[in-house]
Amino acid sequence: MVKKFLSLVFLAVFMYSCSSNEGEDESIIFVDDFDRGLMLTNLADNIIIPSYEGFATNMTLMKNAGQTFTATPTQNTLDLFRSSWLDAYKSWQRLEMFNIGKAEELQYSFYMNVYPLTVSDVQNNVINGGYDLNNVNNQDAQGFPALDYLLHGISDNDADLLAIFTTGPNATGYSNYVNAILNQMYGLTQEVLTHWKDSFRSTFINSKSNTATSSLNKLVNDFIFYYEKGLRANKFGIPAGVFSANPLPEKVEAFYRKDISKELALDALQAVINFFNGKQYNGTSSGESFKSYLLYLDRYDIFISIIDQFNLAWQEINNLTNNLTEQVTTDNSKMTRAYDELQKAVVLLKVDMLQAFSVNIDYVDADGD
Amino acid sequence: MITKYFNKHTDAKPLVVFRIFFGVMMFISMLRFWANGWIEKLYIKPTFFFSYYGFEWVKPIGNYTYLIFIICAIASIFVAIGYKYRIAVIIFFLSFTYIELMDKTTYLNHYYFVSVLSFLLFFLPANSQFSVDSYLRKKKYIRIPRWTIDSIKLLLAIVYFYAGLTKLNSDWLFRAMPLKIWLPSKYDLPFIGNNLMQQEWFHFAMSWGGALYDLIIPFLLIFRKTRFVAFLLVVFFHVFTRVLFPIGMFPYIMIVSSLIFFDATIHARIISWIRKIIRIRPLQLLSIKEYQFPKLYKKIITSIVLVFFTIQLLIPWRYFMYPGELFWTEEGYRFSWRVMLMEKAGYANFKIVDEKTAKFFYINNADFLTPYQEKQMSFQPDFILEYAHYLGDHFSSQGHQNVQVFVDSYVALNGRMSRPYINPKVDLYQEKESLYHKKWILPFTSDIKIKGL
Repeated sequence: MVKKFLSLVFLAVFMYSCSSNEGEDESIIFVDDFDRGLMLTNLADNIIIPSYEGFATNMTLMKNAGQTFTATPTQNTLDLFRSSWLDAYKSWQRLEMFNIGKAEELQYSFYMNVYPLTVSDVQNNVINGGYDLNNVNNQDAQGFPALDYLLHGISDNDADLLAIFTTGPNATGYSNYVNAILNQMYGLTQEVLTHWKDSFRSTFINSKSNTATSSLNKLVNDFIFYYEKGLRANKFGIPAGVFSANPLPEKVEAFYRKDISKELALDALQAVINFFNGKQYNGTSSGESFKSYLLYLDRYDIFISIIDQFNLAWQEINNLTNNLTEQVTTDNSKMTRAYDELQKAVVLLKVDMLQAFSVNIDYVDADGD
Repeated sequence: MITKYFNKHTDAKPLVVFRIFFGVMMFISMLRFWANGWIEKLYIKPTFFFSYYGFEWVKPIGNYTYLIFIICAIASIFVAIGYKYRIAVIIFFLSFTYIELMDKTTYLNHYYFVSVLSFLLFFLPANSQFSVDSYLRKKKYIRIPRWTIDSIKLLLAIVYFYAGLTKLNSDWLFRAMPLKIWLPSKYDLPFIGNNLMQQEWFHFAMSWGGALYDLIIPFLLIFRKTRFVAFLLVVFFHVFTRVLFPIGMFPYIMIVSSLIFFDATIHARIISWIRKIIRIRPLQLLSIKEYQFPKLYKKIITSIVLVFFTIQLLIPWRYFMYPGELFWTEEGYRFSWRVMLMEKAGYANFKIVDEKTAKFFYINNADFLTPYQEKQMSFQPDFILEYAHYLGDHFSSQGHQNVQVFVDSYVALNGRMSRPYINPKVDLYQEKESLYHKKWILPFTSDIKIKGL
C-alpha cells in the first residue's frame, strides 16, 4: 500500500517537473555544455599569456632604456627611460589581477607595484648599498613606484635630476639602485612568463573542477580580490580617505609623476572589463569568459548589471582630473563618487556572480548543513 | 491512559546500541574536528566571536579551548562504554553545548541536534546492560520503560518531519531553489556531474523527493512492514547528500540513529557482533527483569521530558510571531530544522561616523573577522548588530568621539538579484539586541515572493 502510494507520488513529481518545462525550449536532455576548459583556454591563450608577453616586451624596453640612461644620463636618455616606464606601467595594469601560478608563489605584484613608496628606504638603500630586494621590508622600496620616484620625484627639475645621476655624491648608488630594481622586475617577469609557457598553461586549463584550489575557482577569487583591493581600494578608496579619518592624497598610484594616475586606473578597469567579457588582448573578438558562463547559467540579469555598473564607474573615473592627488585635494567628492560606483560592482561580483557560479571558496571548508 | 503508557516496558537493547553508536560517533566527530585543524581555525585564531543572545559569557578560552574538546571526547568514550554514564552524558552535553555556544558562526542544525539529543539521553537508562556500569553493579536490566526508547524515536521523527514541513514553500517546490544553484555546480562529480546534475527536472525531482522523504520517512520507519525499505532509503538519502554536500559526520549519525526503530533482535545481533570484535564474553550478571526509575525521580523525569518535547514542537513555529519574510529576516530561523533551505549571500560595508563632524571612514571586515565569520555575518541581522557594536566599542576605546555605526549591505537570496538589506540610515550602535522584531531590517521587496510554511 505504502509502496504504491510512494510510486504514485514519485510519478506525480516526475510529471510535474516535466510539465513545468513546457513553454521553454524543447531540448529534453540538457547536458552541462558549458565548457570550462574552453573558458580557461580562452582566458589563458587570448588574454593572460598575451598580457604577460606584451608586458615582458615593454619590460625589456624599459630595462634597456634604464641601462642606457644610467650609463649615460642625458636629457634624451632620461626622456626615453621615462616614456618606456610609462608604457610598461600601463601594460602592467593589464596583468596585476592574475595572481595565480608562479605570480602567486613569488608574490610577484608585491615586488612590482606596492605603493605608497617608503622614500626613506629607497634613500637608505641608495646611500648604504648592500640591500636585498628580495627582503619583504624592501617591497615598498622597489618596482614601478620606486622608479616613479627616481624618475620624477628626487628633484624639482630635470637638470637637478641629471646632476644627481652624474655628479651627485651618490651618483653610482642611484644608478646601481635603478639597475637593481630593473633587474629584479625583469627577472621576476621572465620567471612568471616562462612558467606559464612551459608547464603552467596545461595545468591551468586542465584544472576545471569545482574545488577550492582549482584554476576556475582561484581565478574567480583572484579577479574579485583584485577588483576590490588592487583597483577599488588602492587606486581610489585609500587616497580618497574612505578607510581613514582623513583623505590621504599622497597614497595615489604614480604619485611623483602626478598626471597619469587616472590613466592607469582606467587601464586597469578596462583590463577588468575585457577579462570579464573574455575579450582578446589587443584584439576585437571574444571567447568564453565569466560573461558567457553567466549567460549559460541563464543569469543575463547579473551580467547586464555588472556591465552597466562597470560603465558607470568608468564614466565617474573619466570625469576626474588626470592627477588624482589633485582631485583628492581640490574636490574629493568626485573621487568618492567614483569609488562608490566601483563599490556597487563589488556587491554584484561578490554576492550575485559568486552565488550564481556557486564556486567552492577556500574559507568554507567547515561543514555545512 | 498516559500513566499506563509510562508503565509499559520493552527490551533495553535498542537504547543500549544507540548509546554505543552515539558515543563512538561523537568521539570520531571530535577527533575529526581536531584533525582538520578547526579548533585552531574557528576558536583560537579569531579575535572576535559571535554570541547567542543571553550567552555572551560563553567564549573560547584561548589554548585551553583544546581542553574542552578533550573533555568532550573523553565523555563521549565514557558514554560509549557506559561508564559513569549519567555523569559522562551530562558532561558531554555541557561541553558540547559550550563549544557550540562559543561562536554562532558555526551554527549547524545537526550540532543543535546533538545538544538536544544528549540532553535527552541524560534522563534515559542507556547503560542498563552491556556497559561498564552494569558490570560494576553486577546486574543488568532486561527491559526498560518503553517511553525511553520512544522518546528518541520521537525526537528523530520531529527532526525529519519538521525538516520536511520547512521545505513546503514556493522557492523549494516551484523554483527548485536552492538546489537549482547547488546541483549544477557539482559538474565534476563522476557519472552524473555533467548530465543529471544539470537537468532542471532533476532539480525539481530532488526538491520534491527531498521534501517527501523528510515528511514520510518517520512513518515508514515506525511501521514494521515498511521499516526495512525505509532504512535503505535512509542510507541512500544520506550517502547521496554526503556525496553532494560538505555535511561532515551528520549523515552517518542519522543512519546509525535510525537503527533505533528496529526490533531488539537486530540489536541483540549487533551486540554479539560487537562482543566478537572486542572479544568479551557475556558475563554472569544478576538479571533484573525491569528497570524502574526511582519513585522520587520518576515524576520529575517524565515531566521534564514532556516539557522538553512540548518546547521542541513549538520552537520551530515561533517565526509566526515576527513580521516579514522569514528567509529574509531570519527571525526565528534557527533551531527549527531548516536544513539546506536557502542559498543566501551578502555583503556588508560598515561605516564609522563621527556624529559631530560627520567625518566617516569604512571598515575592512578582514581586519576583525575571519573570512568564514564575514560570510556568515553579511546576511544575518543579529550578526550584523553584534559586529556593529563591537566596531563601535573598538573605535570608541581607540579615542574616536561620538561614534555612530552604519552599514551598507546587500543580500541575494535563492538566485534573486541582490537587494539592500539593512537600513543604511540607522545607527546600529544605538540599537539593542533583543528577541523583538528588528525594525531596521529593510523589507523583502523582491517580486518573486516566498509562500508557504
